Amino acid sequence: MLGYIVRRLIGVVLLLFVVSAIAFGLFFLIPANPAQQACGKACNPERIAIIEHKLGLDKPLLTQYGQFLKGIVAGRDYGEGTQVTHCPAPCFGFSFTTDQPVWELIKDRFPVTLSIAVGAAVLWLVVGVSIGIVSALRRGTWFDKAAMTFALTGVSTPVYLTGIVALFFLSATWHVLPYPTYVAFTDDPLAWAQNLIMPWFTLAFVFAAMYARLTRASMLETMGEDYIRTARAKGLPERQVVGKHGLRAALTPIVTIFGLDLGQVLGGAILTETVFGLPGLGQLALRAVFNTDLPIVMGVVLVAAFFVVIMNLAVDLVYAVLDPKVRYS
Amino acid sequence: MTNPVTVEAAATSPAPEAPPALEAARPIEGRSPGQIAWLRLRRDKAAMASAAVIGLLILVAIAAPLLTALNGHGPNEFHQEALNTELGGIPKGRFGGISSEFWLGVEPGTGRDVFSRIVYGARISLVVATLATLVAVGVGTVVGVTAGYFGGWVDQTSSRTMDVILAFQQLLFAIALVAVADQIPRTLLIVLVIGFLNWPYIGRIVRGQTLSLREREFVEAARSLGAGHAHIIFKQLLPNLAAPILVYSTMIIPANILFEAAMSFLGVGVKPPTPSWGQMLSNAVSWYSTDPVYVAVPGLALFVTVLAFNLLGDGLRDALDPRGGR
Amino acid sequence: MPDRPAALGRPGPAALDTACLEVRDLRVHFPTDDGLVRAVDGLSFRVAKGRTLGIVGESGSGKSVTSLAILGLHDGTRARLSGEIWLGGDDVVTAGAERVRALRGSRMAMIFQDPLSALHPYFPVGAQIAEAYRVHTDVARRVARQRAVDMLGRVGIPQPQRRADDYPHQFSGGMRQRAMIAMALVNDPELLIADEPTTALDVTVQAQILELMSDLQREFGSAIVIVTHDLGVVAETADDVLVMYAGKAVEYGSVEDVFYRPEMPYTWGLLQSVARLDRVRQDRLRPIAGAPPSLITVPSGCAFHPRCPYCSLTDGKGEAAVPALEETAPGHLVACHLPPPARRRIFAEEIKPRLQPATGGQR
Repeated sequence: MLGYIVRRLIGVVLLLFVVSAIAFGLFFLIPANPAQQACGKACNPERIAIIEHKLGLDKPLLTQYGQFLKGIVAGRDYGEGTQVTHCPAPCFGFSFTTDQPVWELIKDRFPVTLSIAVGAAVLWLVVGVSIGIVSALRRGTWFDKAAMTFALTGVSTPVYLTGIVALFFLSATWHVLPYPTYVAFTDDPLAWAQNLIMPWFTLAFVFAAMYARLTRASMLETMGEDYIRTARAKGLPERQVVGKHGLRAALTPIVTIFGLDLGQVLGGAILTETVFGLPGLGQLALRAVFNTDLPIVMGVVLVAAFFVVIMNLAVDLVYAVLDPKVRYS
Repeated sequence: MTNPVTVEAAATSPAPEAPPALEAARPIEGRSPGQIAWLRLRRDKAAMASAAVIGLLILVAIAAPLLTALNGHGPNEFHQEALNTELGGIPKGRFGGISSEFWLGVEPGTGRDVFSRIVYGARISLVVATLATLVAVGVGTVVGVTAGYFGGWVDQTSSRTMDVILAFQQLLFAIALVAVADQIPRTLLIVLVIGFLNWPYIGRIVRGQTLSLREREFVEAARSLGAGHAHIIFKQLLPNLAAPILVYSTMIIPANILFEAAMSFLGVGVKPPTPSWGQMLSNAVSWYSTDPVYVAVPGLALFVTVLAFNLLGDGLRDALDPRGGR
Repeated sequence: MPDRPAALGRPGPAALDTACLEVRDLRVHFPTDDGLVRAVDGLSFRVAKGRTLGIVGESGSGKSVTSLAILGLHDGTRARLSGEIWLGGDDVVTAGAERVRALRGSRMAMIFQDPLSALHPYFPVGAQIAEAYRVHTDVARRVARQRAVDMLGRVGIPQPQRRADDYPHQFSGGMRQRAMIAMALVNDPELLIADEPTTALDVTVQAQILELMSDLQREFGSAIVIVTHDLGVVAETADDVLVMYAGKAVEYGSVEDVFYRPEMPYTWGLLQSVARLDRVRQDRLRPIAGAPPSLITVPSGCAFHPRCPYCSLTDGKGEAAVPALEETAPGHLVACHLPPPARRRIFAEEIKPRLQPATGGQR
């Protein structure tokens, strides 16, 4: 088991390394001249040269990538002599447009995304899985049909459409909920929750629908397994057959999917943030894309990839605990 | 020697084996799996209705110029006269300006005909999603079959490549890619980006299927008769992979429609003034409280399209693989 | 036939008074989109305490459906059951679900075909056995575990104390089936149903498992129903044999009756299709022509008539009327339109020589 964890950790580090190389290559090499972009509109060749030098763009590619990696791990200094700007680790560089360290921006925005993601994840997991289980157990009943209609609607509705509809009714028409603005949890937990209710439900709607379908399918498959028949043959009460033998097997794959989805959302719930105008990681990246502020784009893309990969790892480890076949091989 | 009927009856879920009832009922007719799947699909009312809706959509997309000619307004004609400038440019009349002249109303702010934009938007939606799916399925199948069939370093390399692509957060990576690769025509770029980000999903499935098919007797038999790689791959494996590939293709089309719409919604989709549904919804965010019809029309178009593809995908999956899903 | 332990050849009718299981006119029907599947259609039999009944037949003959019906494991929303299944004083068909659940696992237990899929992959083997014990016996966890370990030892698992914590995938096929048997016997059931208990196993392991079942039966005195398509297994373990075809009993009798004096052409077919080393002048195996019938559109009259080579000798009754299961000799029942003398003549002249020398040699 320990060997397995170590192997997986090495794999994760390697994967992140490759991901960073690809991101670096794509974002710094494809556009004709980052210095030009960094320079902005009022610009002249001298300024570009200065910026190029300051960003280290005049050095060979590998050196640049090396410095970039070093910056993330240990921090780096930009410029020379008296004009040195120190960028502490993890350094993703400075924003072209605002000159702030990218990491600071990411740190600022992450709580917003985290708040959206965690609240929505709890919702969709509880709602989706419960609906899926009940649907599977009451297959063919009106509940099942209604639930599956709901689920199909959910997976077919884009997040932002749900968001606009929610805004129209709940905020603009009935005035039940405020137009969401982000309030830090530490400032006012109640306002935090009140403002996030709409984003949570909006994001959770799609996922809950998906999870309801997945759980139902998984549950149906499991309940048809021979070992469920064995559990019944032992004389176990149906509640235990379903609750212990059924769920144990049916929910194991759901755990995997949940981890992966959470990893994706933690890197920025772009659509949800956009429709509600919440300043999360996704918004940060999207703005940066419009301003061709590459260091920010790259920073967010890498942080997002980090979450995806880490959640992947977490899922594999949890899976190893849940599935004895993995644990003992 | 499991009695298939027993299994069917004892299980609370679908029979793990092919339809025993069908086989048992008509042993003489001997239907091919394809025929059985088709029969099942035809009995699935939701799937057939969805197929009809999709057919209609395709017709609409093809006949877009014809329909707009009938309507009399191009998708990019501005009709300031249809707007109420005193109220900030919302359409004149009720329900988003729906009238005999503007069948689905006009766009607030610009006065463009919504019907024409929806009809042309269908083109973008369907074309981008279909092409992106083709790219993803093409690449995914080639890589998946190669990796699964040859194994070894080929498998290692391609599996790691898929891991890397799957490590990126999809939408974020997509908008970033679009931002940096500005030289490529936007629509083509979107097709490529969506296809590129999706092929590993197909690739993994195809690889897995190939791995298990490779060990099956008929492939062993072909190999022991001296069949070459090409023969085994094209004559033995691919025909057997066709069903799962078809199912997954149908299932990723709606996902790709949503992906394209999401990119357009975020402002990195097809370039204006080319109409797309996502873009219309993006505009609608600023108007939803004064002109909800302008949200409802593209929203419904998108919803119905995705729903239809999802239902058809479900139907196909159930028809081709009775084990999955229901 | 291979030599059977003499102990199993006990006389039939006398033991019937102490019937442990009695099935009367059992029907199990499944409504499907394509029509009504008559999986079991009017089946009656009884098994006495300490005796073993073998139920044989091809796939789809209704054997497994019968065994699941006895345990009350059919989904009530999908299966239509009628008739009676008496286990002691309880009728499984009419008893409430809760009552049947209490019987299941305690007074009747089942061993399934594929022990790998029949054991839960995520729970240790010992825990699964202990769970079966605790459902019916109010004991502490620790006691139940000790019981599970004891049972594993009884069925021949080495180091049961340690192996009890293993998961099913860590067991070999034979060990898994032993564990299944331990689980089935943990509550000393009166009735043990084994559905193809050895099909998934190696031949050598098969013999061990069958022997284990016989030993345990002697020890516990349970009645056993073995459901199988393998006549070898029946010959080895059963006292009585029930041959099923298309959901009905077509022949019933002691092992001697069915193996040495079979009267139903379908039974002849089954016997002839068994591969045998000791058979002289064996030109080739004779599989029964045709395929098992559809259970939705069961052939008219005798369900076997389309495949029966002797149908022409029944004056058309084969197509017209369902033959009744009638006693042809004490304790030997046959459902066939051929007149008894004709059946015996055909068997003696045509069938028996093909089964040489086993039948001839021993008699």
